[in-house]
Amino acid sequence: MIKNIIEVKNLSKSFDISSKEEGLKGTIKHFFRRQTKSLKVIKDINFEIKEGEIVGFLGANGAGKTTILKMLCGLIYPSEGSILVSDYLPFRRKENFLKKITLIMGQKQQLIWDLPPIESFYLNASIYDLDKFEAKRRIKKLSDMLEIDDELYIPVRKLSLGQRMKSELLAALIHEPSILFLDEPTLGLDINAQRNLRKFLQKYNKETNATICLTSHYMKDITSLCKRVICVHNGSISYDGELDQLLKDLSPVKEILIVCRSEEDVIRIANSGFPVKNKTKNEITIKVENKHTTCSLRTILNNFDVEDLYINEPPIDEIIGKVLIKKRL
Amino acid sequence: MISKLINRKIITLLKVQYSNMLEYRVEIALWAVSGIIPFFMLNIWTSNNLNESINISNVMLSRYFLCAFFVRQFSVVWVVFSFEEDSLLGKVSPYLIQPLNPFFRYFAQHIAEQITRFPFALIISFFFFIFNPQSLWMPSLAILILSTISTFLSFLIQFLIQSIIACLCFWTEKASSIERLLFIPTLFLSGLLAPIASFPEYIKSWIYLTPFPYLIDFPANLLSGNETNVGGGFSMQILWILLLFPVFRKIWSEGTKKYTAMGS
Repeated sequence: MIKNIIEVKNLSKSFDISSKEEGLKGTIKHFFRRQTKSLKVIKDINFEIKEGEIVGFLGANGAGKTTILKMLCGLIYPSEGSILVSDYLPFRRKENFLKKITLIMGQKQQLIWDLPPIESFYLNASIYDLDKFEAKRRIKKLSDMLEIDDELYIPVRKLSLGQRMKSELLAALIHEPSILFLDEPTLGLDINAQRNLRKFLQKYNKETNATICLTSHYMKDITSLCKRVICVHNGSISYDGELDQLLKDLSPVKEILIVCRSEEDVIRIANSGFPVKNKTKNEITIKVENKHTTCSLRTILNNFDVEDLYINEPPIDEIIGKVLIKKRL
Repeated sequence: MISKLINRKIITLLKVQYSNMLEYRVEIALWAVSGIIPFFMLNIWTSNNLNESINISNVMLSRYFLCAFFVRQFSVVWVVFSFEEDSLLGKVSPYLIQPLNPFFRYFAQHIAEQITRFPFALIISFFFFIFNPQSLWMPSLAILILSTISTFLSFLIQFLIQSIIACLCFWTEKASSIERLLFIPTLFLSGLLAPIASFPEYIKSWIYLTPFPYLIDFPANLLSGNETNVGGGFSMQILWILLLFPVFRKIWSEGTKKYTAMGS
């Protein structure tokens, strides 16, 4: 049985937020009397993540995804509830715990700006107690995987965003962490760089059985990496389960566009009981429940003179868009 | 074993930060030049014969201000500004989840900068002796070692004070404004503008209870060969470090619980 590497129970987090009215009057009022209120950004959430799982956190901006990741890696202190990551309380930031994890935040960098990335890699290697020989071996291995051998000796400020992000990833993975927290790791990268990064993460997960918690607004990151997703809405979990199941639940029907050889067949299909979305002289689009797709196709092909047909899945971005605005799924 | 590992981390940090500092050699030369306040003060003192009122000869006074310049070069601290910026921009976050307190990074930055400043400070001293040949002297090896240690202790006191203030960033975003409150007492009571010996007796007895005279006056007097209480000076420096360190540890531990990782 695969053990749970992350256990979250009744976790909540509140922040004190100060608010200010607009204009000069508001500014003066704010100067003399600050109005602060406690805002509960994470509300009593529970989940478990198994070793080696890749889990995507989905949610609109400000839903609380990043706050959850920050609490899981020990960066911020939870207000209520408990978190266990690899049997450690993250916020205590014990050395052995910190050696097991890494956090990568898109656009935030830890590399030293004016020096080549190799200097930051060796620095991180010494922080994680790696000897020079082992550090060299890991840098070689990871730079081969990330295809950044040529960029190691160029000052960070001269690197492109994609090259920098790969270097960030290398710096963050040099200690071979078993738990990765990735907060929008592909933010700002071009399509090829995004694809390479995803390929790398898949490979890393396969080779090391690392657990990966990921947030991203690029659906391709989620669909190609995560089997399981946790949807966060206003600080609460609205869905926790298989991504495929979520897609099925949110999009229970497929659209089938049928191109007929005659107008007569179009009319016959329209009258045969299938819900019709629209029709033209030779084409008709019907809606079919996912579970009846095969059966419906068989009926159509056996009974009508069909020239061609297309099965359309609703765009995944559109489906996930529904997730972001729904409280319960 | 543990100290060996810490040493390896610190040495690597120093090497990397030194490489980084060398990228800014022109800036460091300018910073070194900008630290010549003691020479202006020397000019004010000697041109007005103020040294006679405190029974210090012109030569000893010029040596004092040269030493004050040297001590200042190797004890200047700006950690509160670096930490505040890193904290506001969210740069502290990756450092916080590494098994090394982020303040070691800033510590290494300061040491690396001091090493980079050294040749520039020597060049400025060279010119100082050209214009003041009568002030030329060679301190004994023992004095050199003792004053180096006291300068390092002065740096540690200032680093701890600023680190404590820097930790206030966890509660208020602009902790550097609190540091500015310390600017005036540091300027006047550290010996940067005038040796503490020039202060009235009743004020002096109070000043010596604060950490300020041990920042510049004590190490500068030690190096320049002026009369000073060596044992008392070192004891006070160590006492302040022993007092400030637990305060820093406590405020750091409480502050990190308040950290909201804004900007990241």
